[in-house]
Amino acid sequence: MKYVDEFRDGRRAKALVREIHRVTTRPWTMMEVCGGQTHTIVKQGIDEMLPEGVRMIHGPGCPVCVTPLEQVDKALAIAADPNVIFTSYGDMLRVPGSTTDLLALKARGADVRIVYSPLDAVRIAREHPDRQVVFFAIGFETTAPANAMAVWQAAEQGIDNFSVLVSHVLVPPAMEAILQSPSNQVQSFLAAGHVCAVMGWTEYEPIAARYHVPIVVTGFEPLDLLEGMLMAIRQLEEGRAEVENQYSRAVRREGNRLAQETVFRVFEIGDRTWRGIGQIPASGYRLQERFARFDAERRFHVGDIATKEHPACIAGEILQGTRTPLDCTAYGVLCSPQRPLGAPMVSAEGTCAAFHAAGRGLGPTVRPLAMAASREVAR
Amino acid sequence: MTDRPTTADPLAATCPAPLVEHERVLLGHGSGGQLSAALMRDVIAPALARASAGGPLNDAAVIEVAAGRLAFTTDTFVVSPLRFPGGDIGELAVNGTVNDLAMMGAQPVAISLAYVIEEGLPFDELREVTESVARAAAAAGVRVVTGDTKVVGRGAADRLFVNTAGIGIVADGVALGADRARAGDAVLLSGPIGLHGVAVMSVREGLEFEVEIASDTQPLHRVAAAILAAAPDAHVLRDPTRGGLASALNEIAGASGVGVELDEAAIPVPGPVRAACEMLGLDPFHVANEGKCVAIVPAERAEAVLDAMRALPEGEGASIVGRVVADHPGMVTIHTLVGAERIVDMLVGEQLPRIC
Repeated sequence: MKYVDEFRDGRRAKALVREIHRVTTRPWTMMEVCGGQTHTIVKQGIDEMLPEGVRMIHGPGCPVCVTPLEQVDKALAIAADPNVIFTSYGDMLRVPGSTTDLLALKARGADVRIVYSPLDAVRIAREHPDRQVVFFAIGFETTAPANAMAVWQAAEQGIDNFSVLVSHVLVPPAMEAILQSPSNQVQSFLAAGHVCAVMGWTEYEPIAARYHVPIVVTGFEPLDLLEGMLMAIRQLEEGRAEVENQYSRAVRREGNRLAQETVFRVFEIGDRTWRGIGQIPASGYRLQERFARFDAERRFHVGDIATKEHPACIAGEILQGTRTPLDCTAYGVLCSPQRPLGAPMVSAEGTCAAFHAAGRGLGPTVRPLAMAASREVAR
Repeated sequence: MTDRPTTADPLAATCPAPLVEHERVLLGHGSGGQLSAALMRDVIAPALARASAGGPLNDAAVIEVAAGRLAFTTDTFVVSPLRFPGGDIGELAVNGTVNDLAMMGAQPVAISLAYVIEEGLPFDELREVTESVARAAAAAGVRVVTGDTKVVGRGAADRLFVNTAGIGIVADGVALGADRARAGDAVLLSGPIGLHGVAVMSVREGLEFEVEIASDTQPLHRVAAAILAAAPDAHVLRDPTRGGLASALNEIAGASGVGVELDEAAIPVPGPVRAACEMLGLDPFHVANEGKCVAIVPAERAEAVLDAMRALPEGEGASIVGRVVADHPGMVTIHTLVGAERIVDMLVGEQLPRIC
């Protein structure tokens, strides 16, 4: 498959691993920002091929994982309304709220549908003028243009039964929050390639300079990650702290202007709460006031829902990279992909789920033995 | 004014004759009365003719078998939509049942066929599905010997559910089972994975790809027979249906108390399946197959079994994909493309497409 096979070549991977070993003279700690990168690293076992002392911390870049619990509870409250068709990306459906999740709500009769694009949700709204159609607009800068476009189209076409529950977050403020933390160990970042495909990398230049951290815009295939790691280690070894672009087949310095314009026609920057991290100033998008009528929080009066996390869950520290799932007493015991306590166990991109899927720290006795009962999809 | 009656004349009233529905299944077609008989006579029986035993309808089928061991299986099919690229629910039901028998080394003999029909299903669709049952049964050499039809109200079923049972004869000396894998055995796969699950998902979700992905639904009784001819002491046969290759191998590893080691580069995943899985965030190892077979055989028989599988069209894409080991019992590991090792886990719950 073009653009995939050439980036999974085992021989070239081994050559890159050898080169990483050759240039590394001391221990380094790097963070890959995006959950998609975490997934590749863990699935391919890349971190285990690195030199002793070179450590990857898995970053907060899984949009499902950082969506705060109260937003999930708001989604559940809205979806329980019998007049609502609640639409979402697939992996939000299993994220546990305080009492239940969207899949369980669906089983009890709520009309919850998976969509692959927010524009599908707009289409559903057009086809069901008598129902309220709500889209769960989560994600980083990557999904923001499409989500903005959905609101824009609904406004243009006068589709008033459409609204969005917004939980949009931004990468650069989260990176700064990590760097400012007293317990920070991150010396270099692999920035999220697809976020940069939209936004470019100019926002990262001041961060690299101010905190003296190398930042390498990196793709998602095994060879992308190995090359990104090599570029970051070279900078660290040479004492440089620049923004470099490994993912040149997809990312330009200025990003995608058209996508950025679409985002800022609909959204504006505002404070956001991150699950496991807390509130970060100016770290997300919210709807501009002129699109307030598309805000599901206002339409369904769920703005004041507040909640708290399971006491055993250390999702916050995992999302900040200060601890790993193997440090968690609940991991693999109380908390598994079948019964997740926290969001990093839910999405395939979450650190805990990625560890669990790769069997890290799990003896055969605690491995899941039976598949959860679910409707057989393909027979 | 006087020539137009202002009140109805009770003597002139007639009972309207009931309209006969010619196009769709009604609740009355499940009543057991005349409409049921008509549905059987006009739609199901003619469509099934080439695969049914014929003769009068009795309460149970009587089948002559030689002394020996019988394999007996049952399965239910609820796939939506009823038709998908590469097949339909009727063909899937027959092949699924035949394959469950074949995986125990049984020569399939007879199957049952029961429908749960949602009222309103067009006769034409019922006829097409039933014809497809007959075609698949004829191709697999089994007869449909008994059956049942129920009709339920709108919303109580999703158009059509199909239940089957099947029996087959197990030859002397065949001893297959999920608990029989032994360290040192070779693991073979009869062809590329992921086709059925992606085909069904693509029509259900309205996804279009440049190349149509067709389900791999097909009967495996010939492949199974060829494997057993080449290795009468084969240990395990398994068709990796829902849950995919990962779940099938995990079940075998667990039941046999052994480990399984796979080689990622040796496992054939068709380009379109990989592309769809990349896009949707699915793992091809978890996607359902309906015409593939895993064979675990003593290592010294691996090449002979591979040749036997490849000699058939159903097994032409066969390869040796891994081995059974004594290490890490109950666990399946894979040697990744970049040269590291990871654990291949079972699917948890439903496969959910990822956000990005």
